[in-house]
Amino acid sequence: MLTGLLPKGFLTRNETLVAGVILAFCVLATLSDPLFFTVTTVSDLLRASIVIGILAIGAMVVLISGGIDVSFTAVAVFAMYLATRIALGVWPDMPWPMIFALAMVAGAGLGAINGLFIAFFKLPTLIVTLGTLSVFRGFLLTFVGSQRISDLPPEMRDFSRGVLARGTTEAGNFYSIPWSILALVAVIVLTWFMLKKTMLGRSIYAIGGSQESARRIGINVQWTQFFIYVYVGALAGLAGIIHGSVGRMADPFSLVGLELSVIAAVVLGGARLIGGYGTITGTLLGVVLIVLVQTNLIVIGIPTIWQSVTIGMLILLGTGVPAYRAKRAAARAG
Amino acid sequence: MSGGPHRAQGFTEAPEFKLLIIAVAVFALMAVLAPERFLSAQNMTSMAFQFPEFAILALAMTITMMTGGIDLSVVGVANFSAVTGALILTTFADPGMGTGGSLMWLSVALLASLAIGAACGLINGTLVAHFGLPPILATLGSGLVFTGFAIAMTGGSAVMGFPDVVAWLGNEQLFGVPVPLILFVILAVLLHILLTRTAFGLRVTMYGANPLAALYAAVDINRMILKVYVIAGMFSSVAGMVIMSRANSAKADYGSSYLLLAVLIAVLGGVNPYGGYGRVIGVILAVLSMQFLSSGLNMLQVSNFARELIWGVLLIFVMIINTHGIPGLKSLKASPSK
Amino acid sequence: MANPDAYPTTEPLIDLRAITKRYAGVTALDTVDFTVAAGEAVCLAGENGSGKSTLIKIISGVEQHTNGDIYIDGAKVDHNNPRIAAAHGVMVIFQDFSLFPNLQVYENIAYPSQLGAQNRLFDRAAARKMASAILSKIGVDIELDARVESLPVAQKQLVAISRALASQARLIIMDEPTTALTEREVARLLDIIRKLKDDGVAVVFVSHKLAEVLEVSEKVVVLRNGKKVADGDAKDFDTKSLAYHMTGREVAEAAPEPIQAGATTLMQVEGLSKTGVFERVSLELKAGEILGITGLLGSGRTSLAKALFGLVRPDAGTIHFDGGKVPLGDPLAASKVGIGYVPEDRLTEGLFLTQSILRNVAIGRLDNHSKGGLLDMGGLLNEAADWISRLKIKAPDIAAPVQSLSGGNQQRVSLARWLSRAPRVLLLNGPSVGVDVGSKADIHDIIRNLAKNGIGIIMISDDLPELLATCHRFLVMKDGRITDELASASTTEADLARRLAS
Repeated sequence: MLTGLLPKGFLTRNETLVAGVILAFCVLATLSDPLFFTVTTVSDLLRASIVIGILAIGAMVVLISGGIDVSFTAVAVFAMYLATRIALGVWPDMPWPMIFALAMVAGAGLGAINGLFIAFFKLPTLIVTLGTLSVFRGFLLTFVGSQRISDLPPEMRDFSRGVLARGTTEAGNFYSIPWSILALVAVIVLTWFMLKKTMLGRSIYAIGGSQESARRIGINVQWTQFFIYVYVGALAGLAGIIHGSVGRMADPFSLVGLELSVIAAVVLGGARLIGGYGTITGTLLGVVLIVLVQTNLIVIGIPTIWQSVTIGMLILLGTGVPAYRAKRAAARAG
Repeated sequence: MSGGPHRAQGFTEAPEFKLLIIAVAVFALMAVLAPERFLSAQNMTSMAFQFPEFAILALAMTITMMTGGIDLSVVGVANFSAVTGALILTTFADPGMGTGGSLMWLSVALLASLAIGAACGLINGTLVAHFGLPPILATLGSGLVFTGFAIAMTGGSAVMGFPDVVAWLGNEQLFGVPVPLILFVILAVLLHILLTRTAFGLRVTMYGANPLAALYAAVDINRMILKVYVIAGMFSSVAGMVIMSRANSAKADYGSSYLLLAVLIAVLGGVNPYGGYGRVIGVILAVLSMQFLSSGLNMLQVSNFARELIWGVLLIFVMIINTHGIPGLKSLKASPSK
Repeated sequence: MANPDAYPTTEPLIDLRAITKRYAGVTALDTVDFTVAAGEAVCLAGENGSGKSTLIKIISGVEQHTNGDIYIDGAKVDHNNPRIAAAHGVMVIFQDFSLFPNLQVYENIAYPSQLGAQNRLFDRAAARKMASAILSKIGVDIELDARVESLPVAQKQLVAISRALASQARLIIMDEPTTALTEREVARLLDIIRKLKDDGVAVVFVSHKLAEVLEVSEKVVVLRNGKKVADGDAKDFDTKSLAYHMTGREVAEAAPEPIQAGATTLMQVEGLSKTGVFERVSLELKAGEILGITGLLGSGRTSLAKALFGLVRPDAGTIHFDGGKVPLGDPLAASKVGIGYVPEDRLTEGLFLTQSILRNVAIGRLDNHSKGGLLDMGGLLNEAADWISRLKIKAPDIAAPVQSLSGGNQQRVSLARWLSRAPRVLLLNGPSVGVDVGSKADIHDIIRNLAKNGIGIIMISDDLPELLATCHRFLVMKDGRITDELASASTTEADLARRLAS
């Protein structure tokens, strides 16, 4: 994850660039508003990063394998809404871990549908997930329901009230760090362990590096791809149910539309569309940057209406600089 | 041209023939299920007003896909140019002013929005051709920027209060044919001629088939890519103006579902998302199938959401048939696709 | 790694008896016998399409044979498959090495062996240890943590060999092992092969050019049209006899007619340099002259050719064409003044495989047939059809995709594209690679005729008989420099080969 002190190519890495931009942002923000850098801001930032962070880690795993998934927001909402409906209908006092498990199973199931088309029918990942994005959303809104549910199962509400730490700063600002941050930590640790330590994780990188070579050395490419989409689906389910609990509302219209921002965060963090590259550190930095821009742009003097322009510019710069450098290097090599 | 890879086999073997069958089948099905309403003149007219705006975006998507690229910024460009045109109209044209004055300002607004479309396309093309960005990322980023400009210019709210002539573009009929349909047909014919009868179009197709060979054949690739994205940008701005006229307003987040729809129609229409193959007739048939399905479902009281579901199913279904053929459904272990 | 004592050499490691392979009526292999013993190196030679890759696929279990028997370690194997072959230590190193560019060296080497052991967790420490042990065993020093994409080709090959060894290879099959290596790298590869043989590992070289590996080999087997046409002690073969067996005829073609007296200089190149690729290259080309440029792969010959056509931008130097200066690094400008380039790799660089023959020929002439923005389809079609008949391209239908043609006809389509633009200088990179013998001679005739009509031709090739049969003059390139200039009349193949290898 954190690879030693100043490893080779440190200065030209996307992680370093993104960390630099975040740092610059914070310095600027602190200069224009000394109250910016407080526990409150950090806790707000953390809270806002939980759902996007979990989704981004899922999206990163897909990008590493050489695919792209744009359906995960629909999976998240579907799983969240379905789990909530089931809990309310079957056992309103269902303990929250069970509701969460339900959402993750639902997410994994939807992910399996993606996996089926991608791994076994060998269809292009972008087209498949564009299709399932609208299938999942359409199915949810047609057959599961299209009403917002604000009367959540009590256990979900309890979950959203649980905090790791809360308090008031000397300046009188309130802060809290919710339990759900632990879910993000768990996802980070689990994904890190899988990607770095298991044969499965290494085969995901291998497939992203060269699918043909992976096949030749005996990696089961189809099942590995299938697993990836199931895993990402489960993560999306988790992110969805956390989103619902923390927001205290099961809204079937939420989250969808966020997918491109999440992918942007992952790409900013150094994952490449061609596959084989991507680190958790980079992805988390990308998430922090996107969340910072989404929530605190005004602090550095840019009106909020310029938020889209800023994020778009960041994506163009964050991907354009390495792309241009690679193009120049290729031209030099002849 | 007679050199098209599929011309030799005759139309019944071309992929577009399957689409023709699908379009006819959907039409027939809807006509049977809701004969009175679906086949009514009123329904036909309303369909003809509905589809051109996203169909034009699908044409824009088609030309970028022909090169193996994609344009995720089409909706952003449409809204950005519509907002620009709308601001010109609301600032300079007075709703009460005479037809002559309004027409003049409408032309100015149209030209300005076309110029915005061209400029956006130029930016996309530069990012792809000169900076080497993958088209997905270039247009994802630029799409946000264009939408962002539209938000910044309007503060996120709708721009309205146009002179009456503006409504003509999206709501009137010329010799009984809806104006948006006329615009779509003109652009479709233009694109068809461009792709099949001009040097540029042949280069686009061949570059899509093998970019490296195009480089070695001394094709001016950068210029060609720039043109492709400029054309996509200008088509998008036309769609933007139609949307503006039909809604009688312009807003930064109009037509947000159209991006998916445009990709979907292009792929349904048989355009190869990896480049090198695509025909306008296929895209038109795909648009018609979608519209028949969409209005038919509407008459059957099926919700918008169910339509979205059906579109997605259709997209994946057509991809499976295109990739594996119908017997291919049985043997999943077909040759690796990469 | 294998222990030499464990596998007595009396029994062949792999023994194929009367193997026949038919694909849908086509006989790819016809009753071929092939044996390899432990510690033995065998050259498997043959032109493209001779059946050598089919044989490799059968040994490695990727394809099933139609008739005949396979014995591995003396035991008959009825249904060979990749897993059985790998379990017996049969490893294929493909020409592209099948490595993972995004992963580090040690992981590339050790990952497959851990995969084979069905581990759940990736043991990084063990992987590093294994990789470092194997690299030091074959006497190679490559940074374990480097990403494979950052390595030069020769080191990638060594990583691929190490990977095979890590997976307990007892027979390593190398597909075209020397094509991408410089002379020094080939020498080092041969040293490593010798070490492997001492350890009892057998090696099969598969290639259409085997002179370099003959010295470490015991046996040579030559295939032609699916049949074994020669086999014997490696000492009894040389480049010439290999070529004879592979092609089935003595290569003897008429030398080109001399250049007309007083021919003008078309192209003049001075001091062309690109750091690390080629250095201070100067040359001159007259109208009607055929100039050969030869050198091993990695000598810079392809980069130089690309630079002459603007596909590679040199750091310094000038190119003058007909007295005018040609901008560097601009293929459009080069093609405009009348320089054409037929690339080395027809399939990826030369042709638009899914597109029609017509379009493949016409792509260079689109602007000339544009009237008021629209193409004159009739004119385009007539012109292309004319070239297709002039170059005797056997095509059922001009609208058929070019991928339906044979290699020789594809190459003519590539040529037709440039000829239709009436170039004054044509750069041909490996014009007859992967072309059958008959077509090859035809293509040489076409080239000689072009020169007779005053076109200047630069031919880049490592096929020495081909160069001798077509060129007036040669330049030999080595490490990016031109080291020799020879007139065709005063050179023999042996002399050229010696200069190349020295």
